[in-house]
Amino acid sequence: MTINKTNIAAHLIPVLETVSDPEIPVLTVLDLGVIREAIEENGIIYIKITPTYSGCPAMDVIGDDLKSAFAKVGKEAKVQLVLAPAWTTDWISEGGKRKMVVYGIAAPLEETADKDALLGKVKVVKCTNCGGANTSLVSQFGSTACKALFKCDDCLEPFDYFKCLK
Amino acid sequence: MKENLYNYILGIADNSLILGQRLGELCGHGPSLETDIALTNMSLDLLGQTRSYFQYAASLVGDNKTEDDVAFLRIEREYKNVLLVEQPNTHFGYVIARQFLFDAYHLLFMKKLQESKDDTLVALANKGIKEVSYHERFSRDWLKRLGDGTNESKIKVQEAVDDLWRYTDELFHLTEVDEAMVKEGIGVDVSSLKADYYKRVSEVLNEATLTIPESKYFQKGGKEGIHSEHMGYILADLQYMQRSYPNMKW
Repeated sequence: MTINKTNIAAHLIPVLETVSDPEIPVLTVLDLGVIREAIEENGIIYIKITPTYSGCPAMDVIGDDLKSAFAKVGKEAKVQLVLAPAWTTDWISEGGKRKMVVYGIAAPLEETADKDALLGKVKVVKCTNCGGANTSLVSQFGSTACKALFKCDDCLEPFDYFKCLK
Repeated sequence: MKENLYNYILGIADNSLILGQRLGELCGHGPSLETDIALTNMSLDLLGQTRSYFQYAASLVGDNKTEDDVAFLRIEREYKNVLLVEQPNTHFGYVIARQFLFDAYHLLFMKKLQESKDDTLVALANKGIKEVSYHERFSRDWLKRLGDGTNESKIKVQEAVDDLWRYTDELFHLTEVDEAMVKEGIGVDVSSLKADYYKRVSEVLNEATLTIPESKYFQKGGKEGIHSEHMGYILADLQYMQRSYPNMKW
């Protein structure tokens, strides 16, 4: 279920890198791992994207942004939404995770640690402000479907945590 | 057209649609900011799942039918959701009890749907189950917190469980369409989930220090399109825009 096989033509990457997640603008669609395929055939770009969460409103925007990014370089892009295999936070690139933290969102932990953190059992989610792990869960749901809300018990900074999704 | 499959998809989708609509009504009205955001996030997940189901259903009809036609332009008798999900947002305890009683079922259902012979339904189940298990964690947690909370919260959530219990049996009722789909290896035999469901729900109610209802009176009908009086009001809200401004788009 976590097959990480993408088919992205190298010459399309520079354009794909200009499109970012509307909710987390520091992440490009490539960082996020939502691009499953991007190929060029007879001058037309065919892109397959997969949603992070079923109801994620960012998907429509990402689709439109991809089309306009390629329109800028004089190419027509066709975007298709695919559901299988289902997206997982493992597909977020390492670079993406680092950028996320700098932006103020704690990056997803691995599955077991994530579960314990979201049940408030252990303090492992690191504060994006001071880096300390003395943090606690405020809400299992945050500003978007993919995040939970935490606060730092040392520096008192509230911050989002990107939930692990497997 | 594959009529049975179409109707089967609607049966699954309508549960998510109507519960999503109910939770959406709470946007800006939750008892606290965190619970408000949680309930509307769950609504968003459910409506997102609904959308995928409806897109699949519409594609089976062809004829330029869209997800919007399926969602907004049916009459009450054509909606196949169970009675449980259409029950009103009486109070927070009621919302949580309704959510947990549905989530516990939804999780079992999605697990089985992953074994369907229909690839699209399997893809939707693989995607949806991740969200549903998170919902179940939330509603289970709150059920315990309310049950094992103050006197007032305990009384209210117990009343809610007692009241909603009558709608649980319908979840395991097989319609003709269900039976046909089970035979083809596409549908889930929901009757086989019943024992696991009541076992699991009873465990959680026990942990929440709540009493397991003993009533043997159960109500059904939603799956056949015979709804409670609340359904008309939900549809009036849900369909208003499409009915007033036909073919409108965002």
